Amino acid sequence: MSKPLHLALDMIRCDAYGHCAELLPELIELDQWGYPIIEAASVPEHLHGDARRAVAACPRLALKLERRAATRGPAGTGAAR
Amino acid sequence: MSAYAGQPLRARDREGTCGLLPPHGAATYEQFLKLYGPTPRPGERLLDIVQASGLSGRGGAGFPTARKLRAVRDGRRPVVLANGTEGEPASHKDEVLLSHNPHLVIDGALLAADAVRARRVIIAVARAADAAAQLERALASRPDGDRVEVRTVPDRFIAGEESALIHFLNGGEAKPTNTPPRPFERGVGGRPTLVQNVETLATLALIARYGEGWFRASGTAEEPGNVLATVAGAVRMPGVLEVPLGIELSDLFARCGGLTEPARAYLVGGYFGRWVPAVEGLELSSASLATAGGSLGARTVVAFPQSSCGVLESARVIAYMAGQSAEQCGPCVFGLRTLAARFATIARAEPGAAEAYRALDGLHRQIARRGACAHPDGVLGFAASATRVFADEFSAHLAGHCTARSHQPVLPVPVKQGDWR
Repeated sequence: MSKPLHLALDMIRCDAYGHCAELLPELIELDQWGYPIIEAASVPEHLHGDARRAVAACPRLALKLERRAATRGPAGTGAAR
Repeated sequence: MSAYAGQPLRARDREGTCGLLPPHGAATYEQFLKLYGPTPRPGERLLDIVQASGLSGRGGAGFPTARKLRAVRDGRRPVVLANGTEGEPASHKDEVLLSHNPHLVIDGALLAADAVRARRVIIAVARAADAAAQLERALASRPDGDRVEVRTVPDRFIAGEESALIHFLNGGEAKPTNTPPRPFERGVGGRPTLVQNVETLATLALIARYGEGWFRASGTAEEPGNVLATVAGAVRMPGVLEVPLGIELSDLFARCGGLTEPARAYLVGGYFGRWVPAVEGLELSSASLATAGGSLGARTVVAFPQSSCGVLESARVIAYMAGQSAEQCGPCVFGLRTLAARFATIARAEPGAAEAYRALDGLHRQIARRGACAHPDGVLGFAASATRVFADEFSAHLAGHCTARSHQPVLPVPVKQGDWR
């Protein structure tokens, strides 16, 4: 079995366009300044298509999909702490 | 702050050993050699000595030094980067160490380099400080001085954060980058990089000379050794002094001439640190400070005077820290700006104060753990400790008044802003 898909956000790149939250509201909401908050980084099977569209729509290339085993740190930090 | 307060614990006259800050300093190489003797050459054995000593990083994070050394030892040839940038406005210990005992830092950097087979050794200091010129003079006066480069770094709070420092040294702006890669994986020039605070390296140079038993004879069992501490606020002789970890804060203040007035609270660990209540018996150790909600950090201890306003001082610091954002991550840029505005409203006891106070929790959730570096979380921790420790003053401010007798600034907040390059 392959590792589950996870959303990874590069907060340094992100410029709050907000397209991701429109295309993937199930997993992404925006804070009061328009920056994405990713509630659960792991993407369930039925949302793979929407997640790929959200990644493709980011003008800043700040959102990525990664295959990895465990959660590596809080979503939206890009950091392993 | 160029002078240091108090008396160093170990002067040359006891056991023939010497601490980080000898009574009259060791500015010249001759003075240094007279006090400490020649640089030992333990080579790779240093790792075992450091491991046995239990030395942990003195820059604030307290990471075990031996583990950092081991992380870069076996791969590609690493770079040693001594971090003396000290962006924290309330801390002066690296500045005092570099000016009073530069050769001990240089020794430590070279010993670490030999232990991990590094050829390139860099000591990074802030641009504004005199440290660069002092270091260059010190290097010119010793036979192994040409092994070390001195680099000056923009005067910014965040410029000393290790990823920012490496980004700058690699030709970029002094702003944090995403991690991983961590410095020990890819750092200066793409090589594995050992980043150590200058005090850590100076301590390592002492351990290499006197051994782990000597080191462990001071401090606590969990946190051995002496450290430098910067003491400020309501003390008669503020300054930098060398003390054993685990020293009672009351002793620390006594060594600084005692308090000028009762303390309302202590700020420990600088502007990424925490306010702790001025309770009796607190010690300068992680375990003791944790009982009061604090942590050691880089041992900056401010005795906050009874007559001053903790809300106002916290608001000033948060405003400064919001301005120190690298302006890369939205939640840091906008979140800290909003946090600073809320604190300012409360500090001025304006009509919107109660509303601003109620908004703090929600704001906290929108900022926490969402930056690429630790800057926003550091400020959040400071802010949260202010609301805990100064709860009574917050209540007064929300009711429209301030109980403090003095609004004179206590905590230093630089107004001059450095460039990013």
